[in-house]
Amino acid sequence: MRAVPTACRGAAVAATSALRSALQALGRVLPAAARLRWTRWCAPLAGALGGALSSSPAAAMTLPEDNAEALYHLYDGGGVTAQGPALLVRKSLFDKVSLTGSYYVDMVSNASIDVVTTASPFKETRKEYAVGADYAYRDALLSLSYSNSDEPDYKAQGLSIDASQEVFGSMTTVKLGFTRGKDDVGKKDEGFFDYAKHWRYRLGVTQILTPSWLASVNLEAVSDEGFLGSPYRAARVFGTLVPERNPRTRSSRAVKFSAIGEIMPRTSVHADYRYFWDTWDIKAHTFEVGGSRNVGESFLIDGYLRYYKQSAALFYSDNAPVETTYISRNRQLSTFNDITPGVRVTYQYKHVPGQYEIKGHLNYEYQRYKFSDFTDIRTGQLYSYGAHVLQLLVTATF
Amino acid sequence: MTARRIVTMVVLALGASLTGCAIKPIEPWVKPYERERLADPVMKVAPRESLAAKHNEHIREVREGARGANGVQGGGCGCN
Repeated sequence: MRAVPTACRGAAVAATSALRSALQALGRVLPAAARLRWTRWCAPLAGALGGALSSSPAAAMTLPEDNAEALYHLYDGGGVTAQGPALLVRKSLFDKVSLTGSYYVDMVSNASIDVVTTASPFKETRKEYAVGADYAYRDALLSLSYSNSDEPDYKAQGLSIDASQEVFGSMTTVKLGFTRGKDDVGKKDEGFFDYAKHWRYRLGVTQILTPSWLASVNLEAVSDEGFLGSPYRAARVFGTLVPERNPRTRSSRAVKFSAIGEIMPRTSVHADYRYFWDTWDIKAHTFEVGGSRNVGESFLIDGYLRYYKQSAALFYSDNAPVETTYISRNRQLSTFNDITPGVRVTYQYKHVPGQYEIKGHLNYEYQRYKFSDFTDIRTGQLYSYGAHVLQLLVTATF
Repeated sequence: MTARRIVTMVVLALGASLTGCAIKPIEPWVKPYERERLADPVMKVAPRESLAAKHNEHIREVREGARGANGVQGGGCGCN
């Protein structure tokens, strides 16, 4: 980043009004159900952003570095194996625009507890491609991206726009983002029969606190409308299996606080907390602590521990004693917790200053899920399982 | 609702601290030349690679009820 003289303060003021207009526009396009609470957030935030933006000199944004990533990913647990390759390339043009293209494959072999108790195991492949462009203009970075995910019974498309701006002498970074998604929902042998639409609104502020500490707050509101369940999954009423019935709308909010600091040379610690709540009455807490350390000239090691817990949706039941309008036995909506220790090792293979850098990465985590009101109907015991997650990556910057 | 109250308080606190700049100007207290340590890769929360972050976000969103606020773009997931 390069500092720009105070003369550019005019740009910051202009940006303030642009951001204010953007916030107001976001308020207008929100679905009615979400609008009230959102605008309540927006008013003080727009004021706060305005104050910060207009009272500080602007800085020039730089585009992300040109890079390429190749990933092999694996998830193995609970009877599900999902694996595949993914590729990403980023290249800038004329130092103004940076283009990205990515391709991601998920080969899923599913014999999960839902599938083996109420249906038959299956295999399918999901392919996703995404393209994007980042544009640096004075003190702001604007990003536009499109993604398309395709599997035999589910198609999803998403269009995202994000803006990032450094303010207050580049000590504060403000980010705004919006994603609009549209899915086609299908069932094997029956074809596509319904849709699901998604609206996601993001706001983030990262603040430099000291020469060795950073803190950030992120908010995200999501609204969904359409078919929000699975046509294959069954619920239980009086011990009898019936197709699940979910509401056709859902709105959720999440707020996350993070801090990271260098506690001794080349060593950092971080802590995050996220609170989540939605209109299906799910409330969730996520905690994460971790540390990172450079080892020698070539290694970077990260270790972390994540804990997640949530309460059940209003209409979730392991075995409902009464027939209700909405009924689900989707364990993702049940009361459960999961604990995840993980480690990441990065090896710098080659580094030619000013030219290129090649790195290899090995990331591994173990997830342990424990359900409080979801029974394994084969054994009558509460269900729990463990999963291994592996990522092997080669990355290059040039 | 308690959660709403917490969020309102945080937003107000944030607003108060930032708008404070307009009333009584506060100069940025960490100068650009003091930010060398912040640029070290250890100061970026992992995963630092966008494909690894995307994979992590995907496997959590399809198994947990909660979603969002991770600073990672969602969308494009066949969460069927």
